[in-house]
Amino acid sequence: MEHFSLITTREYLNKITNKSFWLFTVLLPLFLIGIVFLLSFLSSINNDSVKTISVVDNTGYIYDKLDSSNDIKYSLIIDPSLEKAKEISSQNEDYGLLYISSFDSPGEIAESVLFISENSPSLSIINRVESQLERILTNENFRIIGLDINEINSSKIYLNLYQESLDGKETTKVDGIVKLVFGMALGFLLYFFIFIYGSMIMMSVMEEKTSRIIEIIISSVKPFSLMTGKIIGVSLAGLTQFLIWGVMFFVFAFFYSSFFGISNSEAAGQVILSSEEGSAISSAALEMISAFMNLPLTNIFFAFIMYFLGGYLLYASIFAAIGAAVDNQADAQQFMMPITILVIVALYVGVLTVPDDPNGIVAQIFSYIPFTSPIVMLMRIPNGVPIYEQLISLTILFSSVVFMIWIGAKIYRIGILMYGKKVTYGEIIKWLKY
Amino acid sequence: MNNILSIDSVSKHYGEFTALNNVSMNIREGSIFGLLGPNGAGKTTLIRIINQITSPDTGKVLFNNTPLELKHIKDIGYLPEERGLYPKMAIGDQAVYLAQLKGLDRATAKSELNKWFEKFEIKDWWDKKVTELSKGMAQKIQFIVTVLHKPKLLIFDEPFSGFDPINANLIKDEILLLREEGATVIFSTHRMESVEELCEDIALINKSNKILDGNLDDIKKKYKSNTFEIAVDSKDPISLSKKLESIYDVSNPSFKTIGDNLKLNVKLKNNQNSEDLLKLLNQNTKVIHFKEVIPSVNDIFINSVKND
Repeated sequence: MEHFSLITTREYLNKITNKSFWLFTVLLPLFLIGIVFLLSFLSSINNDSVKTISVVDNTGYIYDKLDSSNDIKYSLIIDPSLEKAKEISSQNEDYGLLYISSFDSPGEIAESVLFISENSPSLSIINRVESQLERILTNENFRIIGLDINEINSSKIYLNLYQESLDGKETTKVDGIVKLVFGMALGFLLYFFIFIYGSMIMMSVMEEKTSRIIEIIISSVKPFSLMTGKIIGVSLAGLTQFLIWGVMFFVFAFFYSSFFGISNSEAAGQVILSSEEGSAISSAALEMISAFMNLPLTNIFFAFIMYFLGGYLLYASIFAAIGAAVDNQADAQQFMMPITILVIVALYVGVLTVPDDPNGIVAQIFSYIPFTSPIVMLMRIPNGVPIYEQLISLTILFSSVVFMIWIGAKIYRIGILMYGKKVTYGEIIKWLKY
Repeated sequence: MNNILSIDSVSKHYGEFTALNNVSMNIREGSIFGLLGPNGAGKTTLIRIINQITSPDTGKVLFNNTPLELKHIKDIGYLPEERGLYPKMAIGDQAVYLAQLKGLDRATAKSELNKWFEKFEIKDWWDKKVTELSKGMAQKIQFIVTVLHKPKLLIFDEPFSGFDPINANLIKDEILLLREEGATVIFSTHRMESVEELCEDIALINKSNKILDGNLDDIKKKYKSNTFEIAVDSKDPISLSKKLESIYDVSNPSFKTIGDNLKLNVKLKNNQNSEDLLKLLNQNTKVIHFKEVIPSVNDIFINSVKND
């Protein structure tokens, strides 16, 4: 026990006094923040520029009904000839030219509308122009047939399915999205943790082996204490890193909302015109918050801790065993492969099956397999997974953890003193029998 | 005399491979013990068993007459043949860490280390990293770490490799000093001259078996062949040579002398003694060189391994 805390402390201090640890801790969020700023900057530039579309309207009624918005402005060209209009449009450096020919039936007009632009126009602009024209021409059709548009509008039904879970809790579409995003976030978090700190453990084991200090150490310490101390020490360093990131996130979020909060709502105002729709946005935010509060948070909290712990320990002991078995980075790759595949399979299963059917058979099976259960189950739990299922899965996971640590320790014990041999899977299986 | 370590019928297998086969030996408290054997004989396996890095399949090891257990780790200091230090950790810090692993508390470890660093005049190395030191310098640190916790039993596996002669001597003197203070020392080495110079008892392991052990002087007595190197300045060397040949087994010598006109290796037969030989030589000759051939550890080593 005394050794264990010595080893854990050394391992922890060794990691957090390392320059690259701090470099990574500080630079990664800065990098992400930089990207966020860059994106919001770029999109604000995009929004600022008003795109002028010149319109030649031979029908005489369409132009009047086109609604200019903050970023799309329609301007009428009186000259009806296409050639002349093109000339004027390109002189004005317009975004594009909408050429509408005159026919009796709106259907024929729709088929002949032409959009001319120098560069290929953005899909969203095209969509908006199209939907405006569709609306105007449809209304014209209604008018010709003799239907009252106001009546049609007032008799339209808008429907939003009222969702409820079996136990009577109200759910909405937003709920679904929040569950999905939250579940994915947990799964990915675990994925990153496994790989970043798992490989850190591997490197740390390899360092002791290649520097040949290992024999001195294990003449004082049981290899098992060394291995477990190392795993815990590195994980504590990892948790420290996550804690720092968490604090940085809240500080950043605070500054971002206080400095950019106003301009943000302005930008929102640009896209959504009416104040009614603006308040719809904030009500969506409220809905998201309530959706978040509707999640089985206590269950998620405990499940997250258990699966994080189990998944991490399972993989960490494999990483430690690999580090002990090999002499160099290149040899490590061949053993890393299967692990990478396992974790990626878990991610794919989670991403592909959970949104469609969180309690489907595939998602269920993979949330029992210990190598994939932490990630898949974490993605499923926000959707509600029966507790007994979680308990079975956790039991399998933790038995596998104990088994894997035992196997890992065996490989570790033999591997750390093996030099110069090209290690194969067969060789490792032999070690288990020593 | 008390045995600090008794190894009793120890065997160790790795799969099909037998690393040690029924090996027994005793190491007297306060002695310097040479553990010899060719590469791959099983020395390192035996040392690892003593250090509880691996455990024997069968047989037992007694430390001070009690079965070896974890609490004995602090009584043993081990300098492995393959030794290293953490490349990115300050020298002083890792020495303290290694001492703590051996059971010293932090303060004692620091003060003991300071004493050694002062003794070796390397106080300014404390904050350096291993990458800034030469191999010999790193070896000094490893030596200090091995002996720092004042273990009762010291195990050195090829301690002098990597040292220049001056530092090798420094380390040798330190080892002798530690022995005077009561430590028992096990040497595992291929350098026979240091065995000759330092060891009182030896054991020879070959192909997983112990083939020889005991007091070095006794072993030498057992292995000597009653052969004498003689060199004389004789008035009639030819007839003396013939006379010697008729009485003893005579062979060509390999030693160096000056001022002689006859030199030979003379091997006594069972009922003969060296006094008669010397009397014979003393007639009409001047004896320049007369010495019994004592087998070197090197010879014993090579012969035993060859005959095994």
